[in-house]
Amino acid sequence: MLDYSKLAAIRLGYGLSPVIESPADPQALVATVAEAGPKSGDITMDVARQVQLQVKAIRDENADDRLEQQRALSRETLTRGARQVKRRLARAVRDPGGFGERLVQFWADHFTVRAGNGIETLTSSAMVTEAIRPHITGKFGDMMFAAETHPAMVLYLDQQRSVGPNSRAAQRAPNRNLGLNENLAREMIELHSLGVTADYSQEDVRELASLLTGLYYDPASPRIFLPGRAEPGAETVLGVDYGGEEPARLEDIRAVIAHLAAHEATAAHIARKMAVHFIADDPPQPLVDRLTRVFADTEGDLAAMNLTLAEAPELETHLRQKVRQPLDFMVASLRAIGLDGPDVMALTEQEVRGWLMRGLTAMGQPWSQPRGPDGWPEEAQAWATPQGIAARTDWIIRQLPRLRKDMPDPRDLMHAAFGDAASEALQWAVPKAENAREGIAVVLASAEFNRR
Amino acid sequence: MLSRRLFLKSGALLGCSAAAHPFLSSITFASAPGDNRLVVIILRGAMDGLDVFQPYGDPELAQLRRKLSVGPQNGAHDLDGFFALHPALGDLMPLWKAGELGFVPAVSTPYRDKRSHFDGQDILEAGSGTDMPLRAQRDGWLNRLLQNMPGVESHTAYSVGLDEMRILEGPAATRSWSPATQFRLSPQGQRLLQHVWHDDPLFREAGSQAVQIISDGIEAVNEPGGPTRDARAIAQFAAARLNEETRIASFSISGWDSHAQQEKTLQRPMQRLAAAILTLKEGLGANWGRTTVLAMTEFGRTVRENGGGGTDHGTGGAMLMAGGAIRGGRALGDWPGLRESDLYAGRDLMPLRDIRAYAAWAMHDLFNVQNDILERAVFPDLDMGDNPGILA
Repeated sequence: MLDYSKLAAIRLGYGLSPVIESPADPQALVATVAEAGPKSGDITMDVARQVQLQVKAIRDENADDRLEQQRALSRETLTRGARQVKRRLARAVRDPGGFGERLVQFWADHFTVRAGNGIETLTSSAMVTEAIRPHITGKFGDMMFAAETHPAMVLYLDQQRSVGPNSRAAQRAPNRNLGLNENLAREMIELHSLGVTADYSQEDVRELASLLTGLYYDPASPRIFLPGRAEPGAETVLGVDYGGEEPARLEDIRAVIAHLAAHEATAAHIARKMAVHFIADDPPQPLVDRLTRVFADTEGDLAAMNLTLAEAPELETHLRQKVRQPLDFMVASLRAIGLDGPDVMALTEQEVRGWLMRGLTAMGQPWSQPRGPDGWPEEAQAWATPQGIAARTDWIIRQLPRLRKDMPDPRDLMHAAFGDAASEALQWAVPKAENAREGIAVVLASAEFNRR
Repeated sequence: MLSRRLFLKSGALLGCSAAAHPFLSSITFASAPGDNRLVVIILRGAMDGLDVFQPYGDPELAQLRRKLSVGPQNGAHDLDGFFALHPALGDLMPLWKAGELGFVPAVSTPYRDKRSHFDGQDILEAGSGTDMPLRAQRDGWLNRLLQNMPGVESHTAYSVGLDEMRILEGPAATRSWSPATQFRLSPQGQRLLQHVWHDDPLFREAGSQAVQIISDGIEAVNEPGGPTRDARAIAQFAAARLNEETRIASFSISGWDSHAQQEKTLQRPMQRLAAAILTLKEGLGANWGRTTVLAMTEFGRTVRENGGGGTDHGTGGAMLMAGGAIRGGRALGDWPGLRESDLYAGRDLMPLRDIRAYAAWAMHDLFNVQNDILERAVFPDLDMGDNPGILA
């Protein structure tokens, strides 16, 4: 039998650690979530802007050594990106309950921005600092507004290129064929708020796209809204009229996002998504109903949602129904072998890339690069594949021992990872391994360790 | 005839070899899988068929698109005086000339109107109509094909790469591997892991397969670097399996969601698609002549360019076919036209036929599967219509 601290650490956190104690009850657990707020030293858009301006300056100056300058900047940017990955992993490893950092991961995935290059790794990390972390115990609507208007999102879902066809900007440049781009509008309804099963139409997507025109990002300016790019006139989204004033205002975008965030379909969509992520691929309906009610009654208060999850009896009844995604598995492994946050911070950026990020790629979860804006899959079948399990085992055998010189005895590791709750099969198998390295693989590649 | 749900359920209850079921075998005609090979490539993100196979002979095209899909004037390769192949796929021109490349310009799944990638891909891979809730559709149509073929073993079908391939999921056992995966463990370590996986059906099945693949001596594939490396490695791995006892392989190529700067955005996925097809041809050697490749996407894109030099989610789109077994060098099916009144919802290419009908006829001709199985079990409630004659 697992006590609450162990149960919650496995289900809502990153598993057990022999050196970090987990909170003993739901109130204590949710109290630790605030720790996942932004901290000084977390990357912001200021840094990403500087790098983008440097890129432009090198291009504009066009000096003889332009190529070398570009290469040096690109190397530095990659290193900076790896440092952000290292900070995220270190915070996850040392978070006592793990719940706060798991929530950061959940919401960053809900508002996915894909990072395909070095600069995008910086902007997507900045979005976590500026749009996700400040709101994980706040209101969903505030997080949604911060996320949808963040430069990383504006760039990722092509809002940058969406211009009102009758805006001043489009009229000034008739040859540039400026017009609407539906990408952000569609995903804002389909993925971020109402969900695809809700009652909305192509016309709502089109009208929202028209209303969102004006959102913009320019590294040289702090402004995120340019009225000259906005489509004149009012728009009707889900039966409500917005805008129409001249000049257009960011306030109308704030209003439509507040409406989407407060929609009853959004409550049901977010409730189900949290239950799927934290409890079971096919979540128990009573839990989904409770979460939906809490979301609706509290106007999307995420602290109340967090407490509902922390207190859920389904933590116990649906134990190990989820397969850990590769990132969760990696953090859980680092915790189980007794590493703490500072141990992770002591790695070089090159080691982070070679030993950790490459491992995530092989397991099918390259950092910040899900296939599309719907983020990573949730179903067990997507991760517990032959190649996925092989890649996890391979990482345990080849990379994990580099991370700690004095690796624990496999039997101690089993105790650290499961308390007294290791299965009989595991207790039988672990002592029979040929060597310590394979003994550790038997513990960490087992089904029970790869589930939560 | 069995109702579809009952039919699917009976397959699920059976768990492993559906062909052994007395009732199923009685309606299963085909002999053993035979020598023909089928490769299905899922193009994720909604490929713009109008840009891949540019209908430059349609006078409306130039009105709808100013920068994109300009045709031979802009370096595209003329195919038949009406369609031209996008320049980034130029490496495939020898296949077109040899009759080993063809396409259907205007097809779609039954999915309409919400234009969600994720639902669109689920429906494409499930092969279902729109009468069942999406969450209930876990099985893929290639898996249902396997359930209805005799003599099938787990290595008969492979999903290749790290992407989840729902098209192959379901009760019939299949294999799944990624060409870059490494896995070294002593025989004792393998035994111990299988012991601790044993009570968890998902891990037991996947873990045993990993151990099996390693003991078969299947090594990681090492392709030289470059932007198409992953696609080449996947195709090389698939070809190696198909040269053995595998007859069906499936993998995906992503990156087709070209909302902005389409000209630039589509370079990579097109290069990857071309490299994958050419690597298959090279790797398959003489077996290429018995191979059919179908490349399908969830839906097409808007006929008009949008504000960012890209295109938004649409409806009708193109399907690409390749392989030594096909009768290529031509466009199959009709062209709906691009006038306002020709379009779907005033914005999208009008699909003229269900993409599943083409897949069904390909399976019919490749594996000798009967129409009533294809129309009821593999693609429930599909009307296959006339044979479009994909195969030579």
